[in-house]
Amino acid sequence: MATAKERKQARRRGGTVVRSKPVNPATQHAVEQFLYHQAEILDGKRWQDYIELFTDDGVYWMPPEPSHTTWDGMPAIFAEDKNLMTVRMKRVLHPDAWSQRPQWGTNHVVGNVVIEKQSPNGDILVRSRFHMMELRRDDVRHFAGSYLHHLRKAKVGYRIKLQRVDMTNAQAAYDYVLQVWV
Amino acid sequence: MLQERIPDLSKYVEPDRVRREVYTDPQIFEHEMQRIHEAVWIYCGHESQVPKPGDYYTVQLGRQPMVMVRGKDRRVHVLYNRCPHRGNMICGDRHGNTGEFFRCSYHAWTFQHDGHLRSIPMMESGYQGTSLRKDDPACSMKPAARVESYRGFVFASLAIEGPGLLEFLGRSKVAFDDICDRSPEGEVEVVPNCFRVVQRSNWKIFLENQLDALHPSVTHQSTGRAAHEVEKLIEKKTGKVPLAYHMLSAFATVTIDKWDGFQTLNYPHGHCILTGYMGLRPKDPDTLAYERVLAKAYGEKRKEEILSTNIHHVLIYPGLSVQSPLQQLRAVRPLGVDRTLTEIWHFRLKGAPEPIYRRALAYYNLVNSPSTMINADDLENFWKCHQGLASDGGDWVSFQRHYGRDLDKDGVVETGPNMGTSEAPMRNQMKAWAQYMAAEK
Repeated sequence: MATAKERKQARRRGGTVVRSKPVNPATQHAVEQFLYHQAEILDGKRWQDYIELFTDDGVYWMPPEPSHTTWDGMPAIFAEDKNLMTVRMKRVLHPDAWSQRPQWGTNHVVGNVVIEKQSPNGDILVRSRFHMMELRRDDVRHFAGSYLHHLRKAKVGYRIKLQRVDMTNAQAAYDYVLQVWV
Repeated sequence: MLQERIPDLSKYVEPDRVRREVYTDPQIFEHEMQRIHEAVWIYCGHESQVPKPGDYYTVQLGRQPMVMVRGKDRRVHVLYNRCPHRGNMICGDRHGNTGEFFRCSYHAWTFQHDGHLRSIPMMESGYQGTSLRKDDPACSMKPAARVESYRGFVFASLAIEGPGLLEFLGRSKVAFDDICDRSPEGEVEVVPNCFRVVQRSNWKIFLENQLDALHPSVTHQSTGRAAHEVEKLIEKKTGKVPLAYHMLSAFATVTIDKWDGFQTLNYPHGHCILTGYMGLRPKDPDTLAYERVLAKAYGEKRKEEILSTNIHHVLIYPGLSVQSPLQQLRAVRPLGVDRTLTEIWHFRLKGAPEPIYRRALAYYNLVNSPSTMINADDLENFWKCHQGLASDGGDWVSFQRHYGRDLDKDGVVETGPNMGTSEAPMRNQMKAWAQYMAAEK
């Protein structure tokens, strides 16, 4: 974070100053690789692998609007713990999930990866941006927004304690619905 | 011109079947917008959406862009969202607060919250000798012909003639009584979030699905089974499963033969009710605590009456599907012959304990949000239906299941014993449709 004096000077010049604590390049690299890996798993429809990226008490959350500060007791587009994620997976894999029959696929691109906070125990708060293109039958849709991952240091790599997804088009009317996590 | 094309509606609608053009013909769509959606009572929103003077929400009634606004007089007004000067839309946002008055962004004509003209720039110098008169209604924002609300739920009709709101609702008003009476204060408050989902199908396909008791165990098998499997796992592990899983698993555990055990009640004007099946009155501590609050507010006898109201869905034809025991509703806004917007809201029971709200919320998030695991498969079916009906592969839609076996009791058509899957609600809706379409205008 910038100091008050830096912010004041920056405002005078018509700009802003963002200064984060220097991040160890190895940590930055590891976190980026984790996010890219999650996107690959999602586009590869490896649902069980995706769920296992979360801690046992982990939550995938997509608020309907940016002002929300918690998923608990609030309307949400997604607010799923691992049990609900498992329902979604089992449903998608069921042979009679009619809406899953047509060919559909997604392509996620993740970037702008900024580590906002590192805790002494190795936990990480990381913000990134995503763009997703979806093809279903002959229809293309685009979804974009930001991810905020609360990552917990695991024995190997990280696990997701909370993933917040602020979708730019969250408030727009949905032409059809969202089948799985974005 | 259209009447020439439809010389005899009886050729399109028979008591137990309907021609496919009713769903796919763009001219019939225009005709039904004019005769149905722009004539009968259509739901605009809840009064708590606009608590403060100047608060507004835009809403589409038929093809007409309207704005529902709270006036300084505390009344809720519904106006055409249009400046009488050059036709400019007044409110460009979906909702907001317009301040002390409306102000057109084009030439700054201003209007009171009830639509009356407030000022025109250069009124003295610019309009001398012209026919423009400030008190001419044509210089004000046009109001909906009729606006009425029942227990906080605001409806408007764009036609001067017709039955009043309560007469129109008839016994379907139980939807709002059931929602509100479940609050110890007898009132609900909207949760300020609207999920909007577009269906690529005719609006009637959605409404006909709402009380179709045969479809859940077919359409929603995948989600019902998945939820049931996880429900069993959680129960084994912890002994206690959140009610949310039951809301999903009921779609599979209630099998086709069980669905016949429920009942639909079919009323004049196309309204219908499907009786309850989810067992939303468990004996857990949260429910019992809530029941004590209700008993304190209403007394034991009235509390029992309220909680035994046997409803899953109330359909208020042609534009509203209400799930009163879960305090949510879906408003239907036809966008075109093959596109339909649903606006999905839920409500908080004033004075009820938080866990009861959480139940409504769980259903809202899991079943009615844009990530729905239920409606996803409905919308797929609706799209396929519309595609099929647009083809020349056949001419008729069949509503013949259990036809002739319904029981008519003083104008209320009830499905017979063990015939809950009767297509009576579809027949009832099409009966109302044909009456509206044939009405002299």
